[in-house]
Amino acid sequence: MRRITLWLLSTVAVLVLLFSYKTSTMGPGGESGAVAAGGSDGVVANPGSATDSSGSGSASGGTVTGSVAQTRWGPVQVRITVSGGKITDVQAVRVPDGNRRDQEINGYAVPVLRQEALAAQSAQIDTVSGATVTSDGYRESLQSAIDAAHLN
Amino acid sequence: MNLATEPDRRAWVMQVMGLPVSVHLRGPWVRTDPVAERVERVFAELGEVDAVFSTYRPESVLGRLGGALPDPATAEPVVREVVGLCELARIRTDGWFDARRLPLPGGGTGFDPSGLVKGWAVERAARHLADLPDHDLCLNAGGDVLLRTAPGRPAWRVGVEDPDHPERMLDVVERAGGAVATSGTARRGAHIVDPRAGRPAEAVRSVTVVGPELLWADVYATAAAARGADALDWLATLDGYAALLVDAAGRVRATPNWPGTWATHTCTA
Repeated sequence: MRRITLWLLSTVAVLVLLFSYKTSTMGPGGESGAVAAGGSDGVVANPGSATDSSGSGSASGGTVTGSVAQTRWGPVQVRITVSGGKITDVQAVRVPDGNRRDQEINGYAVPVLRQEALAAQSAQIDTVSGATVTSDGYRESLQSAIDAAHLN
Repeated sequence: MNLATEPDRRAWVMQVMGLPVSVHLRGPWVRTDPVAERVERVFAELGEVDAVFSTYRPESVLGRLGGALPDPATAEPVVREVVGLCELARIRTDGWFDARRLPLPGGGTGFDPSGLVKGWAVERAARHLADLPDHDLCLNAGGDVLLRTAPGRPAWRVGVEDPDHPERMLDVVERAGGAVATSGTARRGAHIVDPRAGRPAEAVRSVTVVGPELLWADVYATAAAARGADALDWLATLDGYAALLVDAAGRVRATPNWPGTWATHTCTA
């Protein structure tokens, strides 16, 4: 389940990346980047509850709906469908509507979001580069989770 | 996820030089004693380097010097090598990496090569794993990463940590070899000193440098963090190195040759 956890985290990161980028065009004074898929804990919990012992890959699945994220265009919420340990679909369950700017996010950002998230199923990371981790901070780090998955 | 097609992978982790150091190997012999012994040699050598260079240890060579520059005439060869590299680093970074007047753990200022020793030591210690054909190496020393892959193997995927959300990735870069190093104020506060002003540098939240050698990727990242606002322009001039920088306001920018996705995103804005 470590692997699923990690690539879901990566997926969340990609979603964040997309919306952070969108909001970042406002400059330093703007709102901070929005999280489109909710907290990583919530995303991880659901697909992690299944196991895949048969090899068919159908056992580890389900859908995860993220919390509502405030983007510069308004609230956005996405639902990720997981099947066989992979993201098979990403749908925007809530998008802003009503003006030209909203049509832009519906017509452009949502398909990009979907594409990015689907691509992210291969975004599993092997290691993390970050500002120097101290021994104290290591225990909670993503790197420690990656290490633990391969220590056996 | 088809695990069967992936080569066997194994990790080792040790706290050494005051850092978590993890060694990941992919290849057919990762569960054999000879490979494990080589990994032990890597950790042992890092410990030996620490015993010589740690400024936190009063009994180390550097600790005994108490901030004085080692005398090239009497210093042991490894110390002489590091002193020479620190001088080269100062020149290559226009003085923004300067080991000569840094705040010391015991108070006061003086010579502290720690910012260079880590990258130098990791590259040096990794030679114990150099002659393992068909094996890939991913060595992470406190967030600075050295990579190698055998021909035909997939590249390592290195996540670049979001300084404001360490559990999230700012970007992912695929590297078959070389180094990824990050410096900044995210984990330890403003510990990088602006050598010109003599104050902690705070304009750069985080900077990640990708390139062929860990020692230089690390030095350039540290220098960029000290340099501040115009660091990205300077990083773009470095041959063979690319960078992603998060400034104090949270703005993310990359050099044109940055291998991750961020540059692409910026271009489509």
